[in-house]
Amino acid sequence: MLLQLTLEVVTMLDIQNLNAGYGEMPVLRAISLSIDDGEIVSVVGSNGSGKSTLLKAISGIIKSTGSITWNHESLHVLKAHSIVQKGIVHVPEGRKIFPDMTVVENLMMGGYLCKKDCQQNLDKVFALFPKLAQRRNQLGGTMSGGEQQMLAIGRGLMGNPKLLLLDEPSLGLSPLFTEVVFSAIRTINSSGVTVLLVEQNVYQSLNISHKGYVIETGRIVLTGTGKELLNNQDVKKAFLGM
Amino acid sequence: MSFLQPLLSGILTGGVYALAGIGMSLVFGVMNISNFAHGDLMMLGMYMAYFAFTLLHIDPYLSLVLIIPTAFFFGFMLEKLFINRVIHHPHQNQILLTIGLGLIMSNTALLAFTSDPKILTTTYSSSAFNLPGDISISLPLLLSFLITCVIISILYLFLAKTSTGMALRATSQNREAAQLMGINVAKMSAIAFGIGTALAATAGALIAPTYYIHPLAGHSFLLKAFTICVLGGLGSVVGAGVGGIIIGVVEAMSSTYLSTDWKDVIVFVLFLAVLLLRLEGLFGKKGGR
Repeated sequence: MLLQLTLEVVTMLDIQNLNAGYGEMPVLRAISLSIDDGEIVSVVGSNGSGKSTLLKAISGIIKSTGSITWNHESLHVLKAHSIVQKGIVHVPEGRKIFPDMTVVENLMMGGYLCKKDCQQNLDKVFALFPKLAQRRNQLGGTMSGGEQQMLAIGRGLMGNPKLLLLDEPSLGLSPLFTEVVFSAIRTINSSGVTVLLVEQNVYQSLNISHKGYVIETGRIVLTGTGKELLNNQDVKKAFLGM
Repeated sequence: MSFLQPLLSGILTGGVYALAGIGMSLVFGVMNISNFAHGDLMMLGMYMAYFAFTLLHIDPYLSLVLIIPTAFFFGFMLEKLFINRVIHHPHQNQILLTIGLGLIMSNTALLAFTSDPKILTTTYSSSAFNLPGDISISLPLLLSFLITCVIISILYLFLAKTSTGMALRATSQNREAAQLMGINVAKMSAIAFGIGTALAATAGALIAPTYYIHPLAGHSFLLKAFTICVLGGLGSVVGAGVGGIIIGVVEAMSSTYLSTDWKDVIVFVLFLAVLLLRLEGLFGKKGGR
């Protein structure tokens, strides 16, 4: 009985037949995917395949058609700021930190909706990225790319996410910072946060993922566990140069 | 005449200009809209102070207690009803809308109050006191400056310390990221426009005792506010504050050493110089927002 309960998988986010784009230009075509509670799911694909658009559609930054269901509730009727309230936090591509605010102020904005445990969240972020604690009064715009990425992820965590959407967190980072970021993603996930990861770094992201989707010109062309996809001939050829 | 006289009066007048400039800059920063109705909103502030004085017998400086919330509400509603419809549209649509709103305001004022200039004369309108070195300071100008300082300090604390103030700054620094933090950016735009309107009306009320009040009075101030914003860097509140003082001093200096006819010329030469030499303004960021 107990075993049965722990094996029961809860679908957190369910996307069916999602179409989205910019103006007249469609980018996503009939995307369907699902994310279970506690997973790391990655969506990999080349530049311009629609990975970022997918995250923007989920977080409500752009309009989409189809269905996005979050714990049996439709997200389509909600504005972006209300979707954050539901526990879906999007860390955007290019980090988009507030350049003229200090590290602490940036983190406070991440906790904008925070009613309780705000200080506790701040402590957690500082424990995950000690460098942010050292730089707490530095202006966000004056930090290096890697530090800004830590800040962007930390800022996202301040919003108490149940699902964290990460858009290209390793883009433009040195191998050292890439390692820091991927290890942080694992730590975040093991603390109970579900992660949807969009990445060009196919090997690293599939390696830590429970499930992966390969997206090509706005369509999902392949899906499987992280391991399965890493061993897939097409994935090897297209992304890993093997 | 002493060099200090125009410098001092320039700084005092510049304070009020700064107030108008900050209002415009805040709106530009948060909404990325140049508000060409800003001068007319100042004109409304002048009339509000005038009628508060003549009809309700409230001192123009005291009437700010009524004018500020009224103007905030008016601006908030203007944004909700009209401005938010063009916020994602090209700049020319926004310019046409705000110019149109300004025309409606000035022409309504023309119909309602006629084009006769009104003068708001308080008991202290022409009083001044003398400092050593043959410098005289006009009392209403000094009062306006002090009130301006108080209002700017309150605004600064609001933007720096309060949750809503920080959300306004976040929205102005990156609108999309602000949304992702759970900030209702549509509401922030309405608040920013409300504050901008309140600051414009306050600036109008503060100069009411020393200027002619007429329906087109806002137009010269619109250009000044715009110059101040460009000088300080569009969207920069600190820049607009400093820009206001600079314009005030430059005007006072050119009136004293050249002639009053030249002061606008000098101001616009300065404006062009900034555009040519330092497009991002004194406090703006390279590349703009």
